[in-house]
Amino acid sequence: MSFWDSLLGRSKPVQANLDALFGLPSAAITLQTAMGFAPTGIGSVCYREAEGAAFAQTQADIVSLLNADEGPDVERSVDEYGYTWLVTRQDPSDMAALVTDLHAVNTTLEAQGFGPGLLCSLVGFTDPGGRRLGLVYLYKQGTFYPFAPGEGQRRDNLLEIQVRDLLAGELPIEQQLQRWMPVWGAPGL
Amino acid sequence: MAHSRFIKDTGLTARMTLVMFLLGGLFVALIVGLMYALPEYAFLIGVVGLGIAWFQWYKSDTLALKAMRARVVSPEEAPELHGMIDRLCAMADMPKPRVAISYSDLPNAFATGRSPHRAAVCVTTGILDKLTAEELEGVLAHELSHVAHRDVLVMTLASSAGIIAGMATRGAQYGAIFGGRRDSNNPAGAAGFLIALLVSLVVYAVSFFLTRLLSRYRELSADRAGAYLTQKPTALASALTKITGEIAAIPSRDLRASKSMNAFFIAPAISGATMQTLTSTHPSLEQRLEQLAKVSAELGRPTEGGFPAPGFDR
Repeated sequence: MSFWDSLLGRSKPVQANLDALFGLPSAAITLQTAMGFAPTGIGSVCYREAEGAAFAQTQADIVSLLNADEGPDVERSVDEYGYTWLVTRQDPSDMAALVTDLHAVNTTLEAQGFGPGLLCSLVGFTDPGGRRLGLVYLYKQGTFYPFAPGEGQRRDNLLEIQVRDLLAGELPIEQQLQRWMPVWGAPGL
Repeated sequence: MAHSRFIKDTGLTARMTLVMFLLGGLFVALIVGLMYALPEYAFLIGVVGLGIAWFQWYKSDTLALKAMRARVVSPEEAPELHGMIDRLCAMADMPKPRVAISYSDLPNAFATGRSPHRAAVCVTTGILDKLTAEELEGVLAHELSHVAHRDVLVMTLASSAGIIAGMATRGAQYGAIFGGRRDSNNPAGAAGFLIALLVSLVVYAVSFFLTRLLSRYRELSADRAGAYLTQKPTALASALTKITGEIAAIPSRDLRASKSMNAFFIAPAISGATMQTLTSTHPSLEQRLEQLAKVSAELGRPTEGGFPAPGFDR
């Protein structure tokens, strides 16, 4: 916020930064070759629903757009914090298609002026041992961080740090560890 | 093409600018008046007054939390509250403030701290009991907007003229009584003290009303920014209705005990009947609801195929 903005008490909503999402396909290959984590083919977008007819219309447009291809339908759910998750599924080998889906959601929301409501995106991975890993994209920072849920409400922090160091060259990784918010029970993980 | 649903409230900005300008002018008038009347003491009074204002701002988080007997809670102690603030901060792209809970039945919330990096958001147990998750989130977004707007800093600066004037009033009273007696053969000195007293009193009175006016504008700004952050203006509106309705209905000793904290609360704890519109630190509920309704209408407006407001592009 600039000096004048804080003096005049006006803060503009932060717009989402979508650029880094397209780095995901190459990062997925690295994850698979170096650590054995394969994509699950499930991705989700988490956003804040605005009230009013305009948002309902926009959301209906997104869902029908994503359902237009042959493949499983989009699932929509609301979590306990009041955020909406749109879960989209693609062939696990086709990471690019998944990213295109996620990007379609983002651009549609943004074009309708709801970009400030975007919270994060999540792409799921799993290894043969059954460990789960999510790469979370923070829209406002334009950065990724790993989230590895374990048993109950425990995170596998060691795995997360390993993933961070592995992907440091390929994706913009969130440097502030305080921003590595857990997303417990996120759909699609 | 990114479209923004955030419209500028030029009227509010213009009014706020005017008030700030008047406060600045008042500050200058006070300093000039004091220097003219009391050339030898003016510098001292100014430095001590600014020192007090600086201390209030610098220690604002500790002082306010102590005054409310609030306790900073960890994510393990209040996971829902922390999760809510985590997400709001991620959406607003701002550093996370400390989270505190005050054990009081009074439903209220406030934000404090000298900068966004040293801020604290405090809620009372009363507000946690009375509001739904969605309403609480609206209130938290309002408080986070106060943090982002650096309202503690702005209000401290705005009230520094008043603090100095208050000090000068007291100093000039003593000066006029004792100084006048001692230098009874020097009527010019006593007159200087009297002029200083008069100037300080006037400045103090004007500053009192202007800071209250400014505080009300800052509240409206925080309401707007908070509503745009959660994208649910009606949740904040219903929270405000609940809080202010409840507070007005329950008179108790606790209300007076928390009087000193009024300027930082989301809803004032005391609603005085006399001169309420001029001296209250918060705008009226009607004013706030009306503004939130405007934000709500703006969020629901269709863009494609709709009719954007004239004179408003993107």
